Amino acid sequence: MRTSALIAVSAGTAAALTLAGCGDSKDDATTPGAAGTSKIAVTATDTECKVEKTETTSGPVTFTISNKGAKVTEFYVYATGDRIMGEVENVAPGLSRELIVELPAGTYETACKPGMSGKGIRGGFKATGDAKPLTDDAKLAQATQDYQRYVKSQTGALIDKTTEFVTAVKGGDIEKAKTLFPIARTYWERIEPVAESFGDLDPAIDAREADLEAGQEWTGFHKIEKDLWVTKDVSKSGPTADKLLADVKTIVDKANTVQLSPLNLANGAKELLDEVATGKITGEEDTFSHTDLWDFAANLEGSRAAIAALRPVIEEKDAALAKTLEDKFAAAQAELDKHRNGDGWKFHNELSEADLKALADSINALAEPISKVAPLVASK
Amino acid sequence: MDRRKMLGLAGAGAIGAAAAGVAGATLIDGATHPAQAADAGAAIPFYGEHQAGIVTPAQDRLHFVAFDVITDKKAELLDLLEKWTMAAARMTAGRDAGSIGAVNGTQEAAPDDTGEAIGLPPSGLTLTIGFGATLFRTAEGKDRFGIADRRPAALADLPRFAKDTLKPEISGGDICIQACAHDPQVAVHAVRNLARIGFGVVSVRWTQLGFGRTSSTSRGQVTARNLFGFKDGTANLKAEDTQLLKEQLWVQQGDGAEWMTGGSYVVTRKIRMLIETWDRTSLGEQEAIIGRSKGEGAPHGGKAEFDLPKFDAKGADGEPLIAADAHVRLSHPDANDGARLLRRGYNFVDGSDGLGRLDAGLFFIAYQRDPRKQFVPVQTRLSRQDTLNEYIRHVSSGLFACPPGIRAADDYWGRALFA
Ligand code: HEM
Repeated sequence: MRTSALIAVSAGTAAALTLAGCGDSKDDATTPGAAGTSKIAVTATDTECKVEKTETTSGPVTFTISNKGAKVTEFYVYATGDRIMGEVENVAPGLSRELIVELPAGTYETACKPGMSGKGIRGGFKATGDAKPLTDDAKLAQATQDYQRYVKSQTGALIDKTTEFVTAVKGGDIEKAKTLFPIARTYWERIEPVAESFGDLDPAIDAREADLEAGQEWTGFHKIEKDLWVTKDVSKSGPTADKLLADVKTIVDKANTVQLSPLNLANGAKELLDEVATGKITGEEDTFSHTDLWDFAANLEGSRAAIAALRPVIEEKDAALAKTLEDKFAAAQAELDKHRNGDGWKFHNELSEADLKALADSINALAEPISKVAPLVASK
Repeated sequence: MDRRKMLGLAGAGAIGAAAAGVAGATLIDGATHPAQAADAGAAIPFYGEHQAGIVTPAQDRLHFVAFDVITDKKAELLDLLEKWTMAAARMTAGRDAGSIGAVNGTQEAAPDDTGEAIGLPPSGLTLTIGFGATLFRTAEGKDRFGIADRRPAALADLPRFAKDTLKPEISGGDICIQACAHDPQVAVHAVRNLARIGFGVVSVRWTQLGFGRTSSTSRGQVTARNLFGFKDGTANLKAEDTQLLKEQLWVQQGDGAEWMTGGSYVVTRKIRMLIETWDRTSLGEQEAIIGRSKGEGAPHGGKAEFDLPKFDAKGADGEPLIAADAHVRLSHPDANDGARLLRRGYNFVDGSDGLGRLDAGLFFIAYQRDPRKQFVPVQTRLSRQDTLNEYIRHVSSGLFACPPGIRAADDYWGRALFA
């Protein structure tokens, strides 16, 4: 490994140069022995943790830790979420100790802890081997079922509210249609990632004026939004309204028959927050009505529902992450709740820059841990 | 993972160059040529008595960031400082920000490094952290982390100086990190990854890119130029001035807050330069304003750049050769009770200003032992008398306490402060 060599040079230990490239080398000590264990040397100092090889075959692995530093050290192998796979404590300066761990195929972290405190000097580690096919995990199957039930309940309400909205538009009742607009969209926004997977229907329902190419026909919610708030004339909006309802019905049928995977849930939860970060915080989603906060709230609820379905799985594999997600969802919701107005929300253009920054911060705080759910779900 | 692993054999040569660079850095003195090109790729040790990025020979590029801490939970902040320290140790060594790396993780996971530095050498990256006054007590008077009594007296709010036109939204901040490197991509990569690791605990308040150093902080470097076209850094405090560094740069035992011993205070000032009017000013006038020649950088009355200025020398007309209001006279230690600064600024051009002018200037950075005795008196004088003021506007300001260096991996940024 080139970097370890570099550090060695700056630390003045020329001998370490011989380790250059060892990350990829196949020297005798590191190939699996007769007993089927790989042996890996770890050289620890007070500022470095040189793991001779960062990839091995799955199965039992023997790490030999030599402490060349001045402080007592420890060595750990962690799986996702800092789950300890194995550790040796109290390696005194000048001494060597062995650690044997059984590592299934996957990615891990190694850590030396000079002074026996802190998070240690981490390094990536990979065990490769025959990845067992994704077993039909009962908890995951349950999670998917729970979420699909949620999608079903939302799509039901989506059809109902869209029907009411469309009726108001066609009846020329502008005020009523304006009130129903953000409400109908709420059910849409909660399950948008599922809906979005049906390529051409999503734009037909949800395209914004700015999304259109030259000559492309504009249909869907936002076309009617413009009619309601800008043109203030819905006398010609009937056909658009009818098409909207028809498209919504088609997408609902599809959404309720598609078989989701647990990864869809995890990624959907993240995508909903991405929607918030890119569209709602900026006020780009509902440029005419400024009802972005309704969509914001719906995205957040939808994301939370997907994570709630996965909760038992997350809890089992990484309890700390489960806790973090709970806290950060609560924090984001509290930030949003500051902008409640009656049954609904303030308009986007009523929020200050500082309000928007606080909202953006809370979403960023939530989205990073959420991005860890998909790999966790995929890990065995 | 090592982001240069994929470079294969090319690495072997680079190791040689790196070795030469490291050796060179200590051997070079003012008389020889700087080894800038040779060691531009090498790593600068992260661990040490003082933080790197202060007396480190000023690298070519800067990405400076100031954060607001958005949590009230001390444990969350400490956890972040620990994670940051690990990531900083990795990135300054030319590794990925996270231990898995940009492309080595599973397909399902977002990588723990953003990847734009894959294949790039460490590039002399240094990451230097500082703590602002609002970390100790917020503007609203809240002591969020129980450290209000640890705020060093030297971290006193800067006074308002004459002609200040500061924008609060690009000033101050609870924590700053200065990322300097010879490759701008490496500096940006570092800040981006630290900001990402910080989500939920800190929020980026403002950042500044600097495309070229204006200063030199060691005698081995050529003096660079600022956007007024003058050599900048000639009379700077330099890495080789060991005794002066003790007196003027590093906080000493007994100075006050114990956790700062071995640290330093940094002042940042974003100074917009009105380059269009400056460029219409005659050479003679420009040189008079600075007090040095534009070409050589010699003080008036001297011949070579490093000739010492003679402030009492007079011309045939009986007027001082270095004008009474020349920048170098006003800012010189003689005029300021011996106070010196280690200047480490960068040129910036932040696009244009909509009025057909470049939004350009100097992102001034100065390190010192006590701003109350150094930056504040110097800037007070400059803000009142410096003719340069006609051509510049101070638009942002920051003051941060930069703790001493990290000596071993069980330590982390801010540990002594919060202990
Ligand atoms: C855009 C604004 C500025 C420009 C263009 C500028 C330019 C220069 C130049 C060309 C020199 C002479 C070369 C050298 O010794 O480095 C110099 C020296 C110096 N400047 Fe500035 N400067 C600026 C702002 C400041 C500020 C804000 C301070 C501190 C408050 C400052 C402090 C100094 C000091 C201490 C010296 C060295 C004086 C000596 O000991 O001879 N400068 N500056």
